[in-house]
Amino acid sequence: MTTNATTLPARTAPAGPTRALRPRIRGTVAERVFVTRSLLQELRDPESMLMAVVLPVMLMLMFTFIFGQAIDPSGGYVDYVVPGIILLCAGFGASSTAVSVSRDMTTGIIERFRTMPLRSGAVLTGHVVVSVIRNLFATAVVIAVALLVGFRPDATALDWLAMFGVVALYILAITYLFAAIGLAASSPEAANGYGFILLFLPYVSSAFVPVETMPDWLRPIAEHQPITPVIETIRSFLVGTPLGSSGWVALAWCLGIVLAAAVWGAWLFRRKAGRR
Amino acid sequence: MELAIQARGLRKRFGSTEVLAGLDLAVQAGSIFALLGPNGAGKTTTIGILTTLVRPDAGAATVVGADVRTAPAEVQRRIALTGQSAAVDGELTAIENLVMLGRLSGLGRRQARAKAAELLARFELEGAAKRRVSTFSGGMRRRLDLSLSLVVDVPVLFLDEPTTGLDTRSRQELWAIIRSLADAGTTVFLTTQYLEEADRLADRIAVLDRGTIAAEGTAAELKARVGGEFVELRDADGELLREIPTDGSVHALRGAIDELDRSELGAVPGARIGIRRPSLDDVFLAITAGGTPGSPGSSAVRSGELLETN
Repeated sequence: MTTNATTLPARTAPAGPTRALRPRIRGTVAERVFVTRSLLQELRDPESMLMAVVLPVMLMLMFTFIFGQAIDPSGGYVDYVVPGIILLCAGFGASSTAVSVSRDMTTGIIERFRTMPLRSGAVLTGHVVVSVIRNLFATAVVIAVALLVGFRPDATALDWLAMFGVVALYILAITYLFAAIGLAASSPEAANGYGFILLFLPYVSSAFVPVETMPDWLRPIAEHQPITPVIETIRSFLVGTPLGSSGWVALAWCLGIVLAAAVWGAWLFRRKAGRR
Repeated sequence: MELAIQARGLRKRFGSTEVLAGLDLAVQAGSIFALLGPNGAGKTTTIGILTTLVRPDAGAATVVGADVRTAPAEVQRRIALTGQSAAVDGELTAIENLVMLGRLSGLGRRQARAKAAELLARFELEGAAKRRVSTFSGGMRRRLDLSLSLVVDVPVLFLDEPTTGLDTRSRQELWAIIRSLADAGTTVFLTTQYLEEADRLADRIAVLDRGTIAAEGTAAELKARVGGEFVELRDADGELLREIPTDGSVHALRGAIDELDRSELGAVPGARIGIRRPSLDDVFLAITAGGTPGSPGSSAVRSGELLETN
């Protein structure tokens, strides 16, 4: 906590350069303030939070009860589909980060922050941290509902821990990507539009049906897009399917996305803010 | 007198548009300095450079001794900016906005809250302290915006078109606040497209036109550049029919009146003649139109309109 502010002069301070300067901010105060800010914004918007949970739950119920019997009459489809739903849910919430970031960039507030001696990424860190917290919470709710409708994982405590680790990393990657998309988007509405990618990608993966059942031309795409290895890794932890190389591939994808989004985001942030 | 802001030869180009073409400025500490110009003249770019948001292509500028190019963080410790679009968080309440800014300015939690309470009282926002800012009126939002710049007493305050879009009452309230800040020793650098604002508020005025300072001085000095009285002719409704600049001499005034008398305008029913002193509008027109004041082209144009369309 900074204490040097107590030495600020009263309003009758002498004119000119002898007046006090803005105190230097210490440690991670800025990051913590921005996390609080994003959290407050989040709590003021219960609808989007509700949607982030309700939509994946509805999808899961639909796949389990409507398509499930047709896909796997033995009733085991719920065990297959839950990892995919977890990912869908995890990614879905991330798209709202793009909207929050874009809103910051298109209102004047970013200019105020940028004329203060703060680390430039701190405001983005606030959005990303809160998004990860919210999405992990939504993921937990989805898993709880899944257990209610017959999801029977054979995971040990360690498996659960590993699963949440992978999901958290995936959320982080996708949130960073969407923070960067929020910087690139021309308006919050446009930023919102990019969310469809995350609703669409899981369908072209092993989330809902095995990749082997897809047409030849689609299979390589489904196999080599980032969501499939992540899903296979989660599936392996939860229901014990063979992990193979999926774990490492998933890790590489997530870290790669974080790195690429961070570089792209930093470049966009410098370029976009202050271009007026 | 010490200089709070100094700029020499600032140049900035966005794509093929040269926004600033060698801008020089010197602002005395503790004064109110108005940068006056039509839309697109480069006012916001100038503020952007002085507040470290925009890097100049060439030239140098210092703010209270700190160089904007080589020591941006030091400049940032000396300034606060209230930009054109309200820099407030609409999702948060007024008090949350103020506490957030206080904390980001290095105040502890308790100090930030105390400062927030003090500023809410000073800006007459106490009643709205716990309301979300998105529900605020334009004037309230602008007052909050300005109060956010005051959570710590920095030496230089930048205001980019602080009263654009405000009603007359809110505008005058804001003027009083800005005046009191300068009285307490803050250097205020503001941009405006309202001549009246510069006239009423600023100690010195610089007219920005096509990327350079076309004229600079006190309001009185600038008005003196235009010359003497204007003879104007208005119809029964008070609409300006014609105005003729003079050097203020008896001979010139008589000549102008004779000219109006001879023209068919003088025969308009109910038309009345008047004499007025030059306003900043005349100065502005004279400088930015590149012509002589009151030349046939510009004299018929109402200055307010020129500012909007130029």
